[in-house]
Amino acid sequence: MTAADDTAPGEWERFDTKRRLLRFGLVLVVLGATVASWRALDVRYVYIETAPENIADLFGRMYPPDAAYAGEIVDPMIQTINIAVIGTVLALLLAAPVAYISARNTTPNRATHALGTVIVAGSRSIHSLIWGLVFVIVFGTGVLAGILAVAFRSIGFIAKLLSEEIEEIDAAATEAIRATGGSELDVLIYGILPQIKPALAGISVYRWDINVREATITGFVGAGGIGVELQNSIGAFRWDAVLTILIAILIVVVASESISAYVRRKVR
Amino acid sequence: MSTLEYEEYSSEWTRPTVFYNRWVKRLVYLAVAVFIAWNVWAARISAERLQYGIGQVDFLFGAMWPPDFGISVSGGELVTGRRFSRIVEKMLETLAMSIVATVVGVLVSLPVAVMAAENLAPRPVYYVARAIITVTRSIHELIVGIVFVIGFGFGAFAGVLALVSATPGFFAKLLAEDLEDIDQSRLDAIRATGAGPLGVILYGVVPQVLPRMIGLTIYRWDINLRASTILGIVGAGGIGATLNTAFNTYEYDFGAAVLLVIIAVVVVGEVVSSWARGRVQ
Repeated sequence: MTAADDTAPGEWERFDTKRRLLRFGLVLVVLGATVASWRALDVRYVYIETAPENIADLFGRMYPPDAAYAGEIVDPMIQTINIAVIGTVLALLLAAPVAYISARNTTPNRATHALGTVIVAGSRSIHSLIWGLVFVIVFGTGVLAGILAVAFRSIGFIAKLLSEEIEEIDAAATEAIRATGGSELDVLIYGILPQIKPALAGISVYRWDINVREATITGFVGAGGIGVELQNSIGAFRWDAVLTILIAILIVVVASESISAYVRRKVR
Repeated sequence: MSTLEYEEYSSEWTRPTVFYNRWVKRLVYLAVAVFIAWNVWAARISAERLQYGIGQVDFLFGAMWPPDFGISVSGGELVTGRRFSRIVEKMLETLAMSIVATVVGVLVSLPVAVMAAENLAPRPVYYVARAIITVTRSIHELIVGIVFVIGFGFGAFAGVLALVSATPGFFAKLLAEDLEDIDQSRLDAIRATGAGPLGVILYGVVPQVLPRMIGLTIYRWDINLRASTILGIVGAGGIGATLNTAFNTYEYDFGAAVLLVIIAVVVVGEVVSSWARGRVQ
């Protein structure tokens, strides 16, 4: 008999006591936060009880969609697409230099790298609707505010992904251009650009696809697009018209998503 | 005697292209250029408007600065005003909304994820789940929010419902991709012990995707926090309402303060989220 036999026949345990306590504690914290949040929201239970009934009732009022209304939403829908396309193009133009200074291998110095990082973080942490609110104050209601809102929101996203691509390029190509006596601009055009071109196309089309979705809501703050029409219809309780708009949005978004998926498959 | 025949080679180098040939390439570029040009034409942006707006930027920045957080110093003591308590109160509501929406949203999305995994669900179920994912992804959560606000007069509850309704499009979609990559032999092992379908999922599937599940939940919370800060703009609860009111009543200095608080909270949320996800995965 060896000493090992005195201990209980080993039951397999996945974690030791310390880790198990830690896990248990974390679960407890999450549960506590959830309960506290739930109570803070002060949700009336009547709402929850009647919610399914209310939602069913709302769908009843929406159905059937107002088909005659479909003609009227063509123009706002085109506006939505305009906002997404121009917003993306503008964002690309603005994001390119930001990506250049954000990438570690192309940024001139540490200060410019920090500046790039700040621009990326700032643009990404402000939602397009907030950008919309600000630009409506500045430029008044309409498509222009929507375009700028979508563009400013997209700068960070595009610049971040693009700078990651620039960081991964093959340095041999840029060295070769430099060795022939090329200037920094030549390096950019003949050394860097050809290497990131497929990624550039993929990122642009991906962001455009996201922006189509964003452009459906910019209208809520008066920044143009189908959102204006939607808000008016909801405000007037024209629920059958609301359903028409929702279906139209679904079609446009799914279509742009499949275009985006096709292009991204091609450039990969 | 045979004469050597040489094939003729073009001595000119042309750049290789990813397109089928150079004509396709030119056509694609032309089509994209025309599409963009048409968009610019259709949007009809007036130069006057642009000029007017650029003049307004100065005014807006002047009105926003300094931001008024509702904190003042009087007699060497910090005094917090109505505006300060408004920000704190609404920010707590925003935070609470994001937490409740994440928990409920994930619970709702879990079955959808299993249903949307090609290897776990029968065909008809798979298509239903994919349809749910497509619809919830396509309709922006703010649209759902505004419908619920006007339809039922809910406040924060509408916001939570909107976030919950948008969760499957993200959570179920990504989790389903992971579920499709799991190791099948482990499921067979559990099945061989005589376990039913639920047992197979609990002991065969869940342990394989648990880290990913937790990671996605944290990520979703981060997204929900961002969205909660703006749902108030359409009346669906949270600090967005404060921001909207401040701008609509020309209290730009207060609006700037709310905006800065929103940015700070969003950035902190992102840092916490990426740190926690790094620990889990």
